[in-house]
Amino acid sequence: MALLEVQDLRTSFFTDAGEVKAVNGVSFFLERGKVLGIVGESGSGKSVTAYSIMQILAPTGRIIGGSVKLDGQELVNAGEKVMKHVRGNRISIIFQDPMTSLNPTYTIGHQIMEAILLHTDRNRKEAWDRAVEMLRLVNVNEPERRMKQYPHEFSGGMRQRVMIAMALACEPDILIADEPTTALDVTIQAQILELMGSLQKELGMAIIMITHDLGVVAQMCDEVIVMYAGSICEQGTAREIFYNPRHEYTKGLMKSIPTLNTAGKRLEPITGTPIDLLNMPEGCPFAPRCDEAMRICIRKAAERQQINEDHAAACWMNLRPDRQTPEEEGGRHA
Amino acid sequence: MREPAGTPLVEVRDLKQYFNINVGLFRTKPLKAVDGVSFAINRGETLGLVGESGCGKTTVGRTILHLYKPTGGQIFYDGKEIVTKADIRSLYTKTAMVFQDPYSSLNPRMTVADIIGEPLDVHQMYKSKEERQEKILDLMAKVGLNSEHASRYAHEFSGGQRQRIGIARALAVQPEFIVCDEPVSALDVSIQAQIINMFDELQRDLGLTYLFIAHDLLVVRHISDRIAVMYLGKMVELAEAKEIYDHPLYPYSKALISAVPQPDPDVARSNQRITLSGDIPSPLNAPSGCPFRTRCVYATEQCAESMPAFEEVSAGHFVACHRTKEING
Repeated sequence: MALLEVQDLRTSFFTDAGEVKAVNGVSFFLERGKVLGIVGESGSGKSVTAYSIMQILAPTGRIIGGSVKLDGQELVNAGEKVMKHVRGNRISIIFQDPMTSLNPTYTIGHQIMEAILLHTDRNRKEAWDRAVEMLRLVNVNEPERRMKQYPHEFSGGMRQRVMIAMALACEPDILIADEPTTALDVTIQAQILELMGSLQKELGMAIIMITHDLGVVAQMCDEVIVMYAGSICEQGTAREIFYNPRHEYTKGLMKSIPTLNTAGKRLEPITGTPIDLLNMPEGCPFAPRCDEAMRICIRKAAERQQINEDHAAACWMNLRPDRQTPEEEGGRHA
Repeated sequence: MREPAGTPLVEVRDLKQYFNINVGLFRTKPLKAVDGVSFAINRGETLGLVGESGCGKTTVGRTILHLYKPTGGQIFYDGKEIVTKADIRSLYTKTAMVFQDPYSSLNPRMTVADIIGEPLDVHQMYKSKEERQEKILDLMAKVGLNSEHASRYAHEFSGGQRQRIGIARALAVQPEFIVCDEPVSALDVSIQAQIINMFDELQRDLGLTYLFIAHDLLVVRHISDRIAVMYLGKMVELAEAKEIYDHPLYPYSKALISAVPQPDPDVARSNQRITLSGDIPSPLNAPSGCPFRTRCVYATEQCAESMPAFEEVSAGHFVACHRTKEING
């Protein structure tokens, strides 16, 4: 049994302008100790997928279908009591902006201890020791002194370390990292990614890494899910996704990013503008921007096809007889 | 793409920009955002400027355009030093700026036509209403906007289209030189490529010169002819884009370039990354001597005593490090 099983998850936001289907039938498994990347543009539903798993949606949002099973236990409609135990204890989350996710009026120590006191039967003294131990684990110097300081006395990278210390204090099985390094400088990003990688191996937890940065995915993830307009277009191992992309959107993404080899050349952007979730087309959501779109793409979204053991995609192109064996096509593997 | 000889279009010598920061009720302290920076940009060239947040790269861009009055140093435009008010006014008609955030840099109460037309009004660049309208539509066409968008408001557009509006506005004064301050970092990957290509095309068609400020090193590498690296208000390295990627000399540049996550799993996992310890110091308490010495594994006593000179160590490759020879063999 997989650690986390998500089946046909559907989440909508009910706004004045109408229903926004932010997550529209997402399914995946997460095995223990694996790093899963979810990539996509803003509005693709990658964060909402994570918030749905944790059930921390904004008031207008609601899970309207599907199932989320943690170790076989159903979480959708399980009730707030169960979720309180799951959040922070079994599944933790860190957010993009470490500046706004800490409370400026409490000390760092207070905020890390809060999670420990809530989820374990440690007393205050033991919780203090555990918090110091966690700060040391995430390489914060002089943790005893830092415990008594306030968030404004920490730099951005340090605050993200504190968030990781807090998230890991109760040894969760799954850490969800929502754009954990987007707000950080390149050299600080490298520090944090390295820290997350080594903690993941040390503690054996699974990570769901949500990001728009394909470089971060390439470095960190075992498996990758590519999302567009609330649906999964493609999923597979990182090597399959990068070297053998089989959905036109993934191919477009791979071609549009600048690399060391594109200097002086034109990039090949995806044309058009991102989709309006209030006016979703009937067929494949990417069809309006797809250069290869066929008549069927506009009428009906493709079902998910298994490309090989490690790879699935939902694109009609894979069913075209003349495109059956493009093993070398599309990838950027030189 | 660029002419090697001749007068550089833009040159700064020993540029300084200090801000007074309140540190007590009645005490202020100078924050040295830019502290003695010298470089030149040739006509038709793109100079990339990289560095961590707070290193002064945006301040350099704004000070060159005289959006801030420099604390010290000289700014030359087309060989002529900018001194008088008339110089500054003339500078404003030849230069422009594109901002990072297309959501906050456009006035929500103005139509697209008025946003783009405002610089034309300020500099009285038309004789009749018809000419103004014609110029606006022409600018919109240049950046790939439809003429029917002219009467709409900024909030009706997506991020990429807003950035197009911002670029059209920058082009209104027919500038020769544009400071692009993180112009694509707020955009989605698929849109980013469209805008980068547009910068390239506009440069070719209009002969523009760019100072391109960004923290995404792959974007900078793609678009720049030369790249300059800043650290804590100082320029520490400057070279051709390929040269600085292949042979970075300054210890911070080495770490920065090695830390770029490459979008290729095999490369990303085999890369030897140099991970720096510690954080960038506050510019209010900048270390003595070399600004990077507190995080540098090669630092010696000499590095604490004096700031190394910014010297040309090979053709076109400048670096400010006491130990360049020892570190790089």
